[in-house]
Amino acid sequence: MHIVVCVKAVPSSTEVKMDPVTHTIVRDGRESVVNPFDAAALEVALAIKDERAAAGEGCRVSVLSMGIPATEALLRDGIARGASDALLLSDRAFAGADTLATSYALSCGIRELGSAGMGDAAASGASEQRAAAPGSAAPGTPEGRAAAPGSAAPGAPEHGESAPGSSLPDLILCGKMAVDGDTAQIGPELAGLFDMPCVTDVRELVAIERGRVTVRHATDAGIELVEVPLPAVLTVAKDIAQPRMPSIAGVRAAAGVPVAVLSAACVQADPARSGLAGSPTQVVRSFVPERSDTCEVLEGSVPQQAARIIALAEEAGL
Amino acid sequence: AGEGPGRDLSVYRDIWVIAQVDAEGALLPVVFELVGKALELAEARGCQVVAVLGEAGRAPRQAERLAATGVAEVIHAVDERLAHADAEVFAQWICALAEERRPETMLFGATAFGRELAPRVAVRLQTGLTADCTALDIDPKTGALLQTRPAFGGNLMATIECPAHRPQMATVRPGVFAAPECVTAGAGAGADLAAGIITQAPLAHEVAPRVAVLGIEPVTGGSIAQAERLVVVGRGIGSKKNLPLMERLAELLHAELGCTRPLVEAGWLDYAHQVGQTGAAVAPKLLVSIGVSGAIQHLAGIGGAETVIAINEDAAAPIFGVADYAVVGDAVKVVTELIAQLEARK
Ligand SMILES: Cc1cc2nc3c(=O)[nH]c(=O)nc-3n(C[C@H](O)[C@H](O)[C@H](O)COP(=O)(O)OP(=O)(O)OC[C@H]3O[C@@H](n4cnc5c(N)ncnc54)[C@H](O)[C@@H]3O)c2cc1C
Ligand SMILES: Cc1cc2nc3c(=O)[nH]c(=O)nc-3n(C[C@H](O)[C@H](O)[C@H](O)COP(=O)(O)OP(=O)(O)OC[C@H]3O[C@@H](n4cnc5c(N)ncnc54)[C@H](O)[C@@H]3O)c2cc1C
Repeated sequence: MHIVVCVKAVPSSTEVKMDPVTHTIVRDGRESVVNPFDAAALEVALAIKDERAAAGEGCRVSVLSMGIPATEALLRDGIARGASDALLLSDRAFAGADTLATSYALSCGIRELGSAGMGDAAASGASEQRAAAPGSAAPGTPEGRAAAPGSAAPGAPEHGESAPGSSLPDLILCGKMAVDGDTAQIGPELAGLFDMPCVTDVRELVAIERGRVTVRHATDAGIELVEVPLPAVLTVAKDIAQPRMPSIAGVRAAAGVPVAVLSAACVQADPARSGLAGSPTQVVRSFVPERSDTCEVLEGSVPQQAARIIALAEEAGL
Repeated sequence: AGEGPGRDLSVYRDIWVIAQVDAEGALLPVVFELVGKALELAEARGCQVVAVLGEAGRAPRQAERLAATGVAEVIHAVDERLAHADAEVFAQWICALAEERRPETMLFGATAFGRELAPRVAVRLQTGLTADCTALDIDPKTGALLQTRPAFGGNLMATIECPAHRPQMATVRPGVFAAPECVTAGAGAGADLAAGIITQAPLAHEVAPRVAVLGIEPVTGGSIAQAERLVVVGRGIGSKKNLPLMERLAELLHAELGCTRPLVEAGWLDYAHQVGQTGAAVAPKLLVSIGVSGAIQHLAGIGGAETVIAINEDAAAPIFGVADYAVVGDAVKVVTELIAQLEARK
């Protein structure tokens, strides 16, 4: 089983600055953290990995991000918590991406993670960690699908467009939304690019077996229990899981694991579909919301104030 | 798809509103809100509004009801595969229609379903999508949609355009726009609207749902997004033991109860009551805000309220910046007095 978790670096506070000319976020010098929804998604993946390890089965968990070079530290932290390998897509060519261009870049990264080369890199890099976690399969064994180029896993993508020599993961996990951009569009767009089923706002992962995943998720009608075939995309709610802390052994192991940092060209991303050039939407103006100052203060005693409020409620149809 | 910039935008026309029905098969209120806004934009642009309704026909005459809102046309399909809000299935149907008919603009409700469906459509059509818009404007000449949305928890508003791709797509939160009366009342009810035509457009037979629904626990309680009157409480009510007092006030005002996020986090009220950027957007006629500071993330959800009365002991609280009427005073004292006067009226 191979799970890819998409992780976005977000500003640690939502007090942000925008560049008045380019309308992009000013990131320099600001502390970044993992989007809390994505930390929960990683925990879901790691719990699956642990469960499979206990059953003597393998599971490779890859963390993937598109972001500035400093994002590498956040990915390494993901490895310290138990992820098998990491890929950071970092290139000026990716800058200024809207959700269409972001989901495209991530799809290139996901393909790259499924290519033979990446699997090997992960296998060598993660060896120390495997030793620390006996029973978990190497992402180079037949279980790690990357090692078997072009192999069709059970329930594998008939619909998914799979590049030659590359295989798609069984599961792609995203946060329900990123706290900064907050569009919640990346998950469904990724599912569309790979022609995979998608379940959004997942509150509980009930089972993952025999090529299917069963989850509870929030819909307009209520909490639904649904089952979809793998491979699939899930976006998770923040409270689906409490992220674990990295273990000391994990931190030590992660220090020795190279985080692959690749450019657009390395993952064969089409420049016309990447970054600002590949983004149909453009922020043409950004501004701090303004406030009205036509507020009337209701003076007088509390009973007088209450009487005015009731009169206003009557005007509004009470 | 795949045409990229430079594609001929002039072949795209009209504004499509993607309709959604509830579990009983009835049109959601947000559909009427979107139609109202679309009619306004279409008048400026000089084009038509087309509603798109895929359903399983659980409730009778929904297409007719939609056709009576002032739209020129309803594109309609009744199919069992559309019984469940399966974004993948709906996206295949809508994309096939959009590729054939080329709408200039597509509007979706930012419901859980709309927020999943719209990106699936956008990625298939390789076009831009703006999430959770709170204001929409149109350039009458180019048809460019000016889409304004909050980001960073409402700390910032951004106006977004989609200059070189069509259709241009947006999702809009329920409650952001008010549905005009002529739209909700329908043709024949005072307004001299002719009913739009209904065109049947079946779903391709090879479309097969992949999501199997095994069970559902329905949501309970009234919806604050649709409430006419709303009492919204914040941390300034002091403690959980004052909550029954606030509930009593809401009852006497025939209002629903909303709250700020810290109250949800403290477990005083369920998430369904949360108003704001990460909760519900509300649009009541009257909103009584009690002990709420007015953080920007909270204000992002109350922009649609008509009259706001705020009660806060701090005269400098930001909530007064958006309120129409201010009471500077103690929440419990004012509410206790309100309850006494309202009870005395009976
Ligand atoms: C003010 C402002 C408004 C914007 N409005 C829009 C808009 O309306 N439409 C639009 O298309 N774009 C918009 N953007 C651009 C958008 O924020 C970026 O495309 C961003 O990279 C992804 O969108 P998101 O943050 O909304 O992610 P979401 O879709 O909310 O994120 C969901 C999940 O996707 C994954 N994910 C998202 N980004 C990454 C990443 N870089 N690396 C790894 N995983 C990731 C994570 O798992 C995350 O939890 C806006 C940007 C700004 C600054
Ligand atoms: C990404 C993000 C998303 C968020 N989304 C939301 C959201 O959707 N909704 C939301 O509400 N918040 C949201 N928040 C939280 C928001 O920033 C504020 O923290 C929150 O709205 C404050 O709630 P409050 O007004 O109840 O509490 P406080 O800010 O603590 O304000 C309490 C107010 O009560 C007044 N007060 C105190 N005692 C009395 C008294 N005896 N009588 C009268 N008044 C009194 C005080 O003067 C003060 O103004 C979000 C935050 C982030 C970072």
